[in-house]
Amino acid sequence: MKRKRVSRNWFAHLVLIVGVAVLVFPVYMAFIGSTHDAATIGRGRLPLTPGTHMAENYVQAWAYGTGERVSGTPVRIMMTNSLLMAVVIAVGKITVSILAAYAVVFFRFPLRMFFFWLIFITLMLPLEVRIIPSYKVVADLGLLNSLAGLTLPVMVSATGTLLFRQVFLTIPKELLDAAKIDGAGPMRCLWSIILPLGRPSIAALFVILFVYGWNQYLWPLLITTEKNMDTIVIGIVKMLGTSESLMDWNLVMATTVMAMAVPIVVVILFQKWLVKGLVETEK
Amino acid sequence: MEARFPGYRLLPYILILPSIAVIIVFLVVPFAMAVQQSFYRTSPFGTTTLFVGFDNYSQLFSAPEYVQSLLTTLVFAALVIGGGLALSLAIAILVTRKIRGVGFYQVAFIWTYALSPAVAGIIWALLFDPSVGLGTYLIQQLTGYRINMRVSGTPALLIAAAAAVWNMLGYNICFYIAGLQNVPKEFEEAARVDGASPWRTFWRITFPMLSPTTAFLLFTNTIYAFFQVFGLIDILTQGGPGGATEILVYKLYRDGFIRLRVNYAAAQSVLLFLMVAAMALFQLRVTTRRAEYSR
Repeated sequence: MKRKRVSRNWFAHLVLIVGVAVLVFPVYMAFIGSTHDAATIGRGRLPLTPGTHMAENYVQAWAYGTGERVSGTPVRIMMTNSLLMAVVIAVGKITVSILAAYAVVFFRFPLRMFFFWLIFITLMLPLEVRIIPSYKVVADLGLLNSLAGLTLPVMVSATGTLLFRQVFLTIPKELLDAAKIDGAGPMRCLWSIILPLGRPSIAALFVILFVYGWNQYLWPLLITTEKNMDTIVIGIVKMLGTSESLMDWNLVMATTVMAMAVPIVVVILFQKWLVKGLVETEK
Repeated sequence: MEARFPGYRLLPYILILPSIAVIIVFLVVPFAMAVQQSFYRTSPFGTTTLFVGFDNYSQLFSAPEYVQSLLTTLVFAALVIGGGLALSLAIAILVTRKIRGVGFYQVAFIWTYALSPAVAGIIWALLFDPSVGLGTYLIQQLTGYRINMRVSGTPALLIAAAAAVWNMLGYNICFYIAGLQNVPKEFEEAARVDGASPWRTFWRITFPMLSPTTAFLLFTNTIYAFFQVFGLIDILTQGGPGGATEILVYKLYRDGFIRLRVNYAAAQSVLLFLMVAAMALFQLRVTTRRAEYSR
């Protein structure tokens, strides 16, 4: 009996390790690609071990973003743009959905359910579905090449509003009643009672939305035409350009590794919160 | 439940205003424009606009490229969703079992959540580059067949689907781990005491208890396979070769922004919306039905 369990666990570990290896391998190869020079990669089979050009590739991508065959924007500029966009989207979406959920749960007013359904319906209208007219609206408002144009059209979050509604509904009524007796108004209650209780969900949602914001692709591709507005994801694509095998894969991969590193660090740092927040969401 | 803050008439509207304003300006107005455009046709220089009824729609369904793109999307989505969910559920079950190092494995899988479809596209483009890719080389060593995803369609579609499954794996595992932690252990234990095999316990108890998670993931993965995968496709294959990976959203983008057939693209937008709406309603139904009998 005991032996059987031990052997079963070995099998589980084996499957898991193979699984992790399959996930890690492509990223590892991207890292390897970022440590060789362009000629080594161009010759055909990429070596399986790191090369000696790591420092110079990263410095070049970070400071200039331009190699022999590609010309891009320096990573330091694109990194700032990406960070700004991701944080504005995450904080904005969380704020907007907390306010909406608070109104829907704690107030009774005409059209309340209509508004709630309107928010819910945004689930069915991903940006891609309304992409052409959205572009036109943003252009007409003069928001091309601006942070507002990049972030406003994705600012409403049905998922966020639904999540906070769920969380707020579980808050015991007595807590609020006690605060009201002490003379606290609705905004004071939101700030000192509701928000602290919602902290795990806020943290989880922050990770989800930060990653979502950082990884935006189609929208920034259309909205930003100026080089100094490039986000890092867009920057890599522009580096890829048209030439196919004659490419500075080393610089592309150094930029790719840096583009992945930030959201990966955020996810790993907040990993506990993420799973905890998701468990709460599921309830 | 009664109102918690009676007497505040204006405040709730102020609170909900940011959401509603963004929805009206950036969702309702653009979508209404798309619906309207889908019934008109504009001459190439934008001089005249003509009401054509359902002409744009009937043109879509009689165009072989559109029907082909629809089929490609369905095959692609089935591969990505079916393969992805089965794989991630299996891994999540292993990770939540009582084995050593569960914490390590969770982190080891979850980090991939952070990878964007575009980044996945770049990495897989390097792996399966026809001349320098390691994946191309390995497959040639194993099968003797040198794949070139820039020339042949089926390998291109399979590579794109594999890249997409790989890209979503961390996200799916994450939610299945969360879902599995909410399945009460008592049920599984009771079934085991009654002598049910692990296989039977899984299909009769664990899997049905997971149905809200599965429904949610079905929806998000469909959205991923239909839309978010855009970056991956754009970098890896640009819809090619010969339209083999031109999924609907990619075709919409090409028709709208590159071929500049705005009305034709608008009709495609409306059809895509109908598909998403149907899927969202399906998910809502499964989730609420489940919630009813759990209470």
